[in-house]
Amino acid sequence: MIDRATCKLVRLAVGLGLAFACGFPLSAVAQQSDTQPVIVRPGAPGEPTRVLPSTTRAGLPPSSPKDIEFMQGMIMHHAQAVEMVALMDTRTENRELRSLGARISHSQSDEMNFMKRWLLARGESTSMRMSGMGEMAGMDHGQHSMLMPGMLSPKQMDALRKAKGAEFDRLFLAGMIQHHNGALIMVKDLFDTQGAGQDAELFNFTTDVDSGQRAEIRIMQTMLSKKS
Amino acid sequence: MIQFCHIKTSLLATTLFLCSCFGAVVLAQEALEKAPPLPAGMTGSNPNDPRSKLSPGLFDAGETSMGIKHVTLLRKPDAFQLGVDPNGPKVEKALTALGVPPGAQIPATVKMSFAGLAFANSDLAFQGNHVFLGNFYGINIYDIADRNNAKLVTSMLCPGGQGDVSVYKNLLFMSVEMANGRLDCGEQGFPPPPPPSAGQPQQALPAASKDRFRGVRIFDISDIRNPKQVGAVQTCRGSHTHTLVTDPKDKANIYVYVSGTSFVRQNEEMAGCSGGTPDKDPNTALFRIDVIKVPLAEPQNAKIVSSPRIFEDPKTGAINSLTSGATHGTGRPAETDQCHDITVYPEIGLAAGACSGNGILLDIKDPANPKRIEAVNDPNYAYWHSASFSNDGKKVVFTDEWGGGMGARCRETDPNVWGANAVFNLDGGKLRFANYYKLPAAQADSENCVAHNGSLVPVPGRDIKIQAWYQGGISMMDFTDPAKPVEIGYFDRGPIDPKMIILAGSWSAYWYNGRIYSSEIARGLDIFELTPTKFLSQNEIDAAKTVQVSALNVQTQERIHWPRQLVVAKAYIDQLERSNGLLAGQIASLRKSIETAEGSKSASDLNALKKHAAVIEKGARSSKNATDAARLKALAEILKQPAL
Repeated sequence: MIDRATCKLVRLAVGLGLAFACGFPLSAVAQQSDTQPVIVRPGAPGEPTRVLPSTTRAGLPPSSPKDIEFMQGMIMHHAQAVEMVALMDTRTENRELRSLGARISHSQSDEMNFMKRWLLARGESTSMRMSGMGEMAGMDHGQHSMLMPGMLSPKQMDALRKAKGAEFDRLFLAGMIQHHNGALIMVKDLFDTQGAGQDAELFNFTTDVDSGQRAEIRIMQTMLSKKS
Repeated sequence: MIQFCHIKTSLLATTLFLCSCFGAVVLAQEALEKAPPLPAGMTGSNPNDPRSKLSPGLFDAGETSMGIKHVTLLRKPDAFQLGVDPNGPKVEKALTALGVPPGAQIPATVKMSFAGLAFANSDLAFQGNHVFLGNFYGINIYDIADRNNAKLVTSMLCPGGQGDVSVYKNLLFMSVEMANGRLDCGEQGFPPPPPPSAGQPQQALPAASKDRFRGVRIFDISDIRNPKQVGAVQTCRGSHTHTLVTDPKDKANIYVYVSGTSFVRQNEEMAGCSGGTPDKDPNTALFRIDVIKVPLAEPQNAKIVSSPRIFEDPKTGAINSLTSGATHGTGRPAETDQCHDITVYPEIGLAAGACSGNGILLDIKDPANPKRIEAVNDPNYAYWHSASFSNDGKKVVFTDEWGGGMGARCRETDPNVWGANAVFNLDGGKLRFANYYKLPAAQADSENCVAHNGSLVPVPGRDIKIQAWYQGGISMMDFTDPAKPVEIGYFDRGPIDPKMIILAGSWSAYWYNGRIYSSEIARGLDIFELTPTKFLSQNEIDAAKTVQVSALNVQTQERIHWPRQLVVAKAYIDQLERSNGLLAGQIASLRKSIETAEGSKSASDLNALKKHAAVIEKGARSSKNATDAARLKALAEILKQPAL
């Protein structure tokens, strides 16, 4: 029994973010000619495979408001790392730290570009809208901004701005470890949210953020322990 | 295989790209982020190569090749294309945000940029007349029985990425790692909770779902048009790739090594899963691989039988003892807690693991309990990605997927030792670095390019690998001399788009029973044939074609054996001519004798070949060149008793 009308309706409705499920058991259909390719969707283990109409088009898994929120929040989060690294120029001569900083800044800027492209392609704003606050521009706005997990407070940023030399190095490392740990929390929070994190690019991206920041945390912990 | 790292696209790039599509103002400057300069003392890729300036296009890009003939492209089926409704509100909103006038048609490349990775073709497996092409959205099965008319047989929808595939007898295996993977292969993923009613806060519901699947699926493909899911083994980290491991002593079971690279799922979804650091949780799902045992008669009873701590220090017991020696790259694991891919060679009892920060060797004589026997790292390596053994098991080629496969890493300014192959000698269980090999041709800023998957080409007497380089195309490397790997063939297309990276190119390029099959991420399945050049003769190609296997899973290496056919002898003679391993007069006389014997098949003519064999054997014993000595020996063996 093929509910053609339903199939057609669902097909018509297919657009971004809309997945469709429309199939019928193999037994219910006259076998298609052996020369034509068949489109099938298996069932769970032990369940039968269903044949789908030849007009089947692919659909994306549902997107979640959390996905958008995550990307917008992470842009804001990454922007602070770039801002922190920018402070290095006039505050430390530590070559190892400066090289690490350049690397962090490079990868976080790159990732910010990716996140902006991802959001724009989905018709979303690159900055976070908060009730009663207007648009967040994606940069640290001092006391006006809602801080993402791990982001340094305005007080911590002030302390970093005022520090020099070894004191700056220590505050930078401790601050960036805190900052990166926040990214890990954000990733965990994303995947702990029902319906979130199903987009393929988002998935790959977060996987990379997670492994990359873990690695950098370890490097920074080693650098920090050498100092004390 | 894809590890997202750097996407060289910017907001500006997207805007410009769309604008160019719609004929609006195109600002030529700064479309793509500028490549960083070539580090001092390094050499970049060659910008004067014919591959460097190919015209862009999806199905009409410029093409060029050397020694490789394109036979056909079977385009990705519609069932694996996003059904973008141009009038959908999201599309309109996205286009408006990008300054695109309303009512415009959406070009195919824009659809691809919407879909991104979700419908990317991935790895390949082969069995009989069937090619299994993995995809983030399922698997497409092609029939290649008719060489002039390869065709799609079955499109199996089953999303969850990356869709790494293997096939063994009536069983098809598939890797699933993403959060949208469902046990029932449904495309619908998991619905977000309904929006909260007015004035109520969004309720945070647990994400754990008994319907989610991340791990290795097993299908029965006894009926190729009706594959049935018969098993599904869940793992904590999902399966980014997997490798089938046969046990020469046990024909009733097959093992699967599971490499997971992504986040560890919640304990609530799968009991015992923890992503903690080793100091906090000795049972962490990081720092291990999982081994699944599949009873062939009862695949539904497949289960994890061990989770070997292959990064452990046997002395201290620390499970996180391996570290990367990388001096470049961005944010790759400094501490090795995962393998990306493992290639096994059951006959020699070894596996080569490409494990993020390290290349390792495993003793797999007891397949359920692999033991690490060697580990190397490399200052130029950012991410150890895949490995392959030479046929004699004395060399290992590793690849470095610097930039994760989504970035442009073959530009004029990218060092030729970054994102390259590294050829190692393998002797007595020790790996010794010999040299790097990288695609020599510079690629555009909008072409994702780095070393990726390849297989051996079974030319006797030489070590040859055909290999995918994403939008860098495919390249054939001769590594007979591991210190001097050299390119002997290639095929390349221009970028999909000149201004922004649209993920595309060859994911895997493998030789299977006489042809090369390439999984083109965005375009479909490419089929190629080799053509003779000064680097590779027709005899050598014909000799490679004598090797016919019943199935091929490239990460499960089986020894190549050549039949005692005279065409194989002729291939050796061509090689000995190239290397001056035989005198010109000897070569001429040999070729004449072979031609005569092939025609007459008479006892006296075959006897003449035996006489040649005796002389050649003597030459083999006195040859100072080990490669030529081996060729001479193999040549003599055939001449003594050729199969006609």
